This record gives sequence, structure tokens and C-alpha cells, in this order.
Amino acid sequence: MNETQGLIGPVLAGYLYLLAAVLFIVGLKRLQSPATARRGNQIGGAGMLLAIVVTLVHYEILSWWVILAGIVVGGGVGLLLAKTVEMTAMPQLVAAFNGFGGGASALVAAAELIENQGNLDLRAGITVALTILVGGVTLSGSFVAYAKLQGLVPGRPFGYPGQKVGDSLLVVVILALIVWLIVGESVIVMWVLLALALILGIVRVVPIGGADMPVVISFLNAFSGIAAALAGFVIQENALIISGALVGASGLILTNIMVKAMNRTLGHVLFAAFGGDDSTGAGGGSGDKPVRSASAEDVAITLGYADSVIIVPGYGLAVAQAQHNLKELAGLLEDRGVEVRYAIHPVAGRMPGHMNVLLAEADVSYDKLFALDEIEDDFPRTDVALVVGANDVVNPSARDDSTSPIYGMPILNVDLAKHAIVIKRSLSPGFAGIDNPLFYEDNTLMFFSDAKKGIAEIVNSVKEL
Amino acid sequence: MDLLISITVFVLAAYVGFEVITKVPPTLHTPLMSGSNAISGITIIGALVVAGRYGGVAGVVLGFLAVAFAMINVVGGFWVTDRMLQMFRREGRS
Repeated sequence: MNETQGLIGPVLAGYLYLLAAVLFIVGLKRLQSPATARRGNQIGGAGMLLAIVVTLVHYEILSWWVILAGIVVGGGVGLLLAKTVEMTAMPQLVAAFNGFGGGASALVAAAELIENQGNLDLRAGITVALTILVGGVTLSGSFVAYAKLQGLVPGRPFGYPGQKVGDSLLVVVILALIVWLIVGESVIVMWVLLALALILGIVRVVPIGGADMPVVISFLNAFSGIAAALAGFVIQENALIISGALVGASGLILTNIMVKAMNRTLGHVLFAAFGGDDSTGAGGGSGDKPVRSASAEDVAITLGYADSVIIVPGYGLAVAQAQHNLKELAGLLEDRGVEVRYAIHPVAGRMPGHMNVLLAEADVSYDKLFALDEIEDDFPRTDVALVVGANDVVNPSARDDSTSPIYGMPILNVDLAKHAIVIKRSLSPGFAGIDNPLFYEDNTLMFFSDAKKGIAEIVNSVKEL
Repeated sequence: MDLLISITVFVLAAYVGFEVITKVPPTLHTPLMSGSNAISGITIIGALVVAGRYGGVAGVVLGFLAVAFAMINVVGGFWVTDRMLQMFRREGRS
């Protein structure tokens, strides 16, 4: 690498890269509160701008037009996507960004190999091979996740015949190629390795169901960080190693949170297909048990004369685009002196924290949003728990029935509130296909309706109280 | 640069990451993911280096794609995170 002919020397550049890495850490630190988070993200962005400028003045740049074209095209596409995406589509956008990041790291390693072919030491050979593997898997795996979340391919898990044997063979061939690449430094081997890494990403994510995508996105997020860190080992730049390690840590933490909230293990999610697509699918409840079916007026009276209400939103709320109606209802109740809070289960949305973003978009104040562990003890002291578009995350079987497939999954104990009101189109079970005893409890009112239409009716009824 | 130093930096940075990020509240987990994702776009440094040196047709194509991919990641990631975070408000503030 030719770094002697730039405008600033390697020592100054090194310090400035360190400053950029520190800005990333300071920025992430400010994400610890919603009040400081926006500034934190801007600090991180400033760190990135600094790193880019330092690179451009430090290294000798021979082909400015290539860089300019890349910056204009990439920046333009990124900006367009970021400005136009719907908040409901955030999971697939983040998946796509993960993929591009991983892909960029793989390409950097590929270019290093081509440039320095024959002159790589052992460490460079190993890191080039690993970067191509991790970056390639991140690229293709993320785009499969994108396609599933966007509905371009079926969300249900599917594979190919003999997948176990085929995947194992693929991994063995990849390992052999890595060794071959390190020893032989062959460009052709490198391309084959990249192609097989892309195939590995595809065949590993395709068998994972739509409902497990939050785990997959979090995991690929960690992968994109690890790919960046490995690329840092390749070009021997600490700024990449530090930043990549930060992102890797972040992705692993989020993966762990998601896996725990779904009562799964990472191995389960990645290697045993289970999750289907969504909650509104077919399948009957156990029809002969009685349920208490309520009208909009009944619901309005129960809510309007309560002292405290906890709203439990699920993804069905976002699918029905009913967040704004819900916010209106909450406002009316608060005007009547009702204390209204929101309980957000970690898997309420399609990625960690997704439901919070959707409610923030509907202008719900963030200090009314409570995480599972912050609010789980409050249900017995609450008059009404209002469940909208959620199912499995309020299923008491997870707590009471050791034979249930979801036994042990952390849930919101809405059945312990004085009244539970469930707005739902029918008694159909959730993605796990498990019947929900909550619906048949004596203190549960079922309001059978589409979320948006139903909440609008309740709003009208509350106004007439 | 010594490999041991690089690994030391990696391990310490991962530790700092765990410490800082476990304290991020669940309500900000989506912006955390998109924001940290934008930070992983730091690979733009490597992309600029390989794009900037003239390395024949393969070098130009790889360099251009690497810069473009990393820029999508960086610009899109920081921008969409900002878009989300500006929606997080408390009652009574605008």
C-alpha cells in the first residue's frame, strides 16, 4: 500500500483514525437515552466523515474518478433508500444495508489479493480468505432475508433435497479452498471461494422462517461488523478493527436478546426450520370453549372507566396501520384521567425495537413505552390490559403449561390484569400454531374486528361516554 | 503492525462494545442496529484505498463496487437512523 505520498503522514493519520473510532464509541454511548440518541448518531456520522477525509488526503489517490463515481452512486442510492423507506419496512432495509457492508468488506479483501498476489504473508492470506468468506455470507444471506421480509420469496422455511449432506459438503469444500487460497494465493481460487460463500449465505438463510428473521438480521448485523474488522486486519488499519468489533458486539447482544425473547437457541433458529410467516393465517381455535365477545361500546366503557390501562401492541397493529388510531384512543383516555402505558415485548415487531419506532412515528411519547422487564410486575395492579394484534407474546401457556411448545418463553402477563381486552379478527392461533387460553378466561373480553376499524369504533364510543 | 497488537485492539474494542451497548434501552434497539450498521461501513476506508490506486480493469471494477456498497451502507445507515431518532419525542416537547 502506498501511503507515503499523501498530504498527511502515517502518524497524524493514525491519530485521526483513532479520533474517528472514539467518536463512534461516544456516539454509541449517547444511544443510552432517547434524549441524547440523535446527537449520538450525528457524532458517529462526523466520525465517519473524518475517517473518509483522512483516507483521501493520506493515501496516494491515482484514480479519483473511480472514487467519485462510487461515492456519488453509493451515496445517492443510500440517501434515496433512507429517505423513502416506510418505517414498517425498516427490517428489510437494515438487512440490505448489512449486506452492502459485508459485500464491501469482501471486495476490499478481493482487491488486496489481486494487487498483492504472490507477496502475501501467512496472516494476510488468512485474513483475506476469512474476510471473503464472512463478507460473502453476509452479502447473500442479508439479501435472502431482505427478499423474505419484503415478500419477494415465501417467508415459510424451505430448502433443497439432501440439504444436510449438501451443506456439510459445501462447508468442507470452502474450508479446503481457504487453505488452498492461503497457500497458493490464486485469484481464481479466490473467486470460487467468494461464489461458494455467496451460495452458503443463501442456503443457510432460505430454510429459516419469516418469524425468525429478527434473529437472522441481528446475527448478520454482527457478521457485517466482523467482516469490517477482518478487512481491518487485511489492510492493517485499527479504525476498521475497532469499529468492526463494536458492531460485532452490538449484533451479538441483540441476537442474544431476540433468541431469549423467542425461547429459542441460536442453533435452533439457524439449523432447525420452525417459524412460519404470520399470525393471520388459517387454522381454527378449539371452537367449543365459550368466549366473551364484546362490542365497541363494551370495550369503550371498560376502558373509559378504568384508572390504569396497559396497551400491548403486536405486529398485527402495524400491518393494519392502526398506530395513529391507537394513539388517538390513548389520548382520549388520558383526557378522562386514565393512566395509559404501553408494554412492548422484544419480538413485538419484525426486528429488535421495531414496535417502538412504529409508535414513535405515531407520536407516542417514548416515556410511555415500557420493556418487558420494566412492566411485567404491574399487570396485577392494572385495570385493563388492551391487546392489539399480538398473540403468542400474551399466551399464558408459556408460563403455566409445561407441555406447550412455547413453555418458558417470556410473556406479558395480561391475564393477571383485572380485565384483558383482545382486539383480533378471529380466534386463529399465532405463528406457532398454538391455541391461546387467554381468549377463554372469564376476565377476557374478545372484540372481533380488524385492528384499525375496531379501534376507530372504540374511539367513537369513548367520545360518547 | 504486529498481529498480536491487532488482536489486542479487537478484543478490547469488543469489550468496550459490550459494555456500552448492553446499556442501550430496548426502545432504541432498532436505531442502534441501523446506526451500528452504518459504523460497520467504516470498511469505506479500505474501499477508498483499493479504488484509489490504479489496478487495471479488475481493480477499477472492484474498487468502484466496494466504494459504492460501503457508501450505501454509510450514508443510508446514518441518515435513516437520524430519521428514526427524530421521531422519538416526549410529551409536551416538539
